[in-house]
Amino acid sequence: MSAHLGTEAASGRGRTAPAAPARTVRPRRRIDWGRYYTWLVLAWLFTPILFMVAFSFNDPAGKHNITWQGFTFRWYANAFAHPTLNEAMFNSVSIALLSMVIAGVLGSLLGLALGRFSFRGKQLTNLVMFSAISAPEVVLGAALLSTFLMMNVTTGYWTTVIAHVMFCVSFVAITVRARVITLDPALEEAARDLGAGPFTTFRLVTLPMLFPAIMAGGLLAFALSIDDYIITTFVSGDVTTFPLWVWGSTRVGIPPQVNVMGTLLFGVGVLMAVVNVVMARRRS
Amino acid sequence: MRNRTTTPYVLVLPAWIWLALFFVVPIAGMLSLSLTTGDVITGFQQTFEVGNYVTAVSTYWEQILRSLFYGACATLVCIAVGYPMAYWIAFRAGPHKSTYLLLILLPFFVSFVLRTISWRFLLADNGVLLGTLKSIGLAPADLQVLNSTPAVVLGLAYNFLPFMVLPIYAVLERMDPRMVEAAHDLYAGRIQAFVRVILPVSLPGVFAGVLMTFIPTSADYVNASVLGGTHNTMIGNVIQSQYLVNNNYPIAASITFVLMGLLLVGIFGYARALGTERVMEVHT
Amino acid sequence: MKHPSRAHLDPALLRGLTRRRTLQAGGAAAAALALSACGVGGQQRDPQADEDFWAGKEETGSLRWANWPLYMDPDRTQLTQFKESTGIDVDYHEDVQEAASFFGQIQPKLANGDDIGYDLMTLPNGFEFAKLVELGYVVPLDHARMPNFADYAGDLYKNSAYDPGNRYSVPYASGVTGIAYNPEFVDREITSLADLWDTAFEGKVGMFADPQEIANFGLLLNGVNPAESTKEDWEAAAERLREQRESGVVRAYYDQDFIQPLTNGDLWLTMAWSGDIYQQNMEEGTDLRFVIPEEGGTIWTDNLLIPFTSKAPIDALKLMDFLYEPEIATGLTEYISYIPPVPHAQEVMNEWADAEGDSERGEALADMAKSPLVFPGEGDYQKLHYYVALEPGEQDEFSSIFQAITQS
Repeated sequence: MSAHLGTEAASGRGRTAPAAPARTVRPRRRIDWGRYYTWLVLAWLFTPILFMVAFSFNDPAGKHNITWQGFTFRWYANAFAHPTLNEAMFNSVSIALLSMVIAGVLGSLLGLALGRFSFRGKQLTNLVMFSAISAPEVVLGAALLSTFLMMNVTTGYWTTVIAHVMFCVSFVAITVRARVITLDPALEEAARDLGAGPFTTFRLVTLPMLFPAIMAGGLLAFALSIDDYIITTFVSGDVTTFPLWVWGSTRVGIPPQVNVMGTLLFGVGVLMAVVNVVMARRRS
Repeated sequence: MRNRTTTPYVLVLPAWIWLALFFVVPIAGMLSLSLTTGDVITGFQQTFEVGNYVTAVSTYWEQILRSLFYGACATLVCIAVGYPMAYWIAFRAGPHKSTYLLLILLPFFVSFVLRTISWRFLLADNGVLLGTLKSIGLAPADLQVLNSTPAVVLGLAYNFLPFMVLPIYAVLERMDPRMVEAAHDLYAGRIQAFVRVILPVSLPGVFAGVLMTFIPTSADYVNASVLGGTHNTMIGNVIQSQYLVNNNYPIAASITFVLMGLLLVGIFGYARALGTERVMEVHT
Repeated sequence: MKHPSRAHLDPALLRGLTRRRTLQAGGAAAAALALSACGVGGQQRDPQADEDFWAGKEETGSLRWANWPLYMDPDRTQLTQFKESTGIDVDYHEDVQEAASFFGQIQPKLANGDDIGYDLMTLPNGFEFAKLVELGYVVPLDHARMPNFADYAGDLYKNSAYDPGNRYSVPYASGVTGIAYNPEFVDREITSLADLWDTAFEGKVGMFADPQEIANFGLLLNGVNPAESTKEDWEAAAERLREQRESGVVRAYYDQDFIQPLTNGDLWLTMAWSGDIYQQNMEEGTDLRFVIPEEGGTIWTDNLLIPFTSKAPIDALKLMDFLYEPEIATGLTEYISYIPPVPHAQEVMNEWADAEGDSERGEALADMAKSPLVFPGEGDYQKLHYYVALEPGEQDEFSSIFQAITQS
């Protein structure tokens, strides 16, 4: 990936070169407004997050954690003081893990088939996947709830898992398919020529090559699931997830522990991103 | 894989079953529920009552139109804010491209609900942002942003901006830099080069971005309930409360179906207008 | 990280959207429709099922209770006392955030006759209460086992219009819906509902989104007693509320979260619940005022109910009755600052205040015992009205009249 970026950087330099002679009159160093602009937009994107992180260290007098009253670490020490919040967090994480595994497997198989084979029903599969991805969440949630009602299914933990897997499968499939298309078939042919059966070829050649895409798809499913609010409200019955708990606590004031957990989750995200970048650098 | 006839079907079968059971059937189930009459006490009977749709549309046409309008506004804001940013990252960010992309994605590690609720505190009349502006005289003392149309539209744009930036970036980044060079050589003007070369190439990215922002923003209800005031109810709010508060399932299902239908028609019309269907046919 | 891979969604996927494919999908959908064309069954339970509900029921030594947040002190003092007195453990859950969503959570389970995870629950006398009764999901109480209730419950809290003879419920606490305002921003005394319509407060007035709550204020402004109102009255009230909305006075319609905007100045005055204001002032030292408007306010009651799936109904009944012991009711009231259904608690609270003397707690107790918000006097009760009494069949119509105001 970095090698790829390197060539772009080089071509980027090449690109500005021909324009330079035309502007010899102008001062060489123009202000890069685009950079300031980009940082301004990024500041917009990060404002609420800074607020959330800052107020995880706030020391409010009462229940409402909205005005700055002093610095404290005590919410980190008492991060798990709300049993129902812990339970909600646990539900969120476990549902996200289940969605990651189930949608990861189903989506990878689907992506492999779509990228590698042509078969009857492929177009229909594409259509259904496209619809599932582009349908608004409120429609997906409403449709599932309607059906659960008509089938007399009690909504709860498992209906939430079902719903999350449903909307994650297509994302995983697309991620994996994109990778399958770029795979060099010669490698698998070579394996077969060397006497490997189809299953062995898959296990030893195809799967390792697909692994990064499968991981990426799985992580995407995890992220989509843990953040989902709209679909979950429709199908979760009496199960509370982290976003639902946060929403419910607005009446009595969102406790600082929510900011703490939000900050920790964000920290994990940042860490994963940094590791990803470093790994990519190292690989080159 | 040697067994060409059955392998793809084996691979897709689990995902097919999942998507059929929990996506296709529920949509049909919702259609069926929208054609019932009754109440929670006595149950809902399948009476094929088309009048539900008349009731739904005549009662909520205003909210439907408003949702489409807000979705369109938020999408325009996303294009206006996101395009220059994507352009700058793709052409001017040099070796730091991937870092900027990462920065755009990082906010997603904080729960959607939590980020939206944060805006409510940030935008308070005497809060961190407005209070500061007011105290230094940059805003009139009675300025209110929270609980207004701009607050909702900006909230929507905030939440979905990355879906606009990423696809535009992806297209621009793939662009052959020599095309831009050639344009500069031929036209020499920066604006003309942009309008005649870069813009047409980037349109598919904008197209994808519009799809990815317009649909979720027009069907959202979280932003309207957190940031909206007295005339900001969106159709998502109505669907949510009809399903989960009033238990008026037939009306709820009818509105959801109308919303889905409108968005589908929109996608088709949009694809046709942009000529993308022709492009699609080439692949078929 | 939400949907970022939509970035990879190449438009070629759209090629599936040709007419032929759509027809195929439509065909599949039609087949599925044929399979599922069945509607949703009636959810009502046979009321006969509870004829001899209490026969053979025994104490189990523990029960699970779903209550609202901040409706008992964090140490759960009353539950400790209950354990000392009866040996019964209480598994206490602050799981009721909103009546409608709580109903939505338990209704599917009750429809299937499954355990909802609670043996006792606290719900207000609103639509959900009526639906639970109508659906037969709550059991008639065995009053023979509730001597304290018979002895100590105030007359106003017995035999209410929404539950004649306390057949299914006993009150947990009551509260008043009135007007709260922040004197930091409002420089005059607020006394009347008309103040909520005053355009001097443009964009600074909060109203409730709940149809029953907001309806009451429209009705009272028109001089109509909500409990005796008719459909014509509702429409006239809705008209007043529409005028109020169109004049730009109302900032937003709030579900539960009006305290925080009232504190930080986003709202100057708002419809509010008495106890929430009282608690906020106590805990954060704010100076919010609460008034029962001249035209009248409303009184509502949170009630204790036993679902028919309860695994410990006897234990639940014992707890219900225990909460009517005056000392216990007083302790509960001291923290939650809502109106106890036990008038005798006022006397006990005064005794406690005397015993505490000049300490901070003593003063707080003395203040509370005097407060008309916690112990309304004769005159206060005359200004307080009950909710609109609705037959289950009228609920949809009533809701849609007022949701047309709040969901515009």
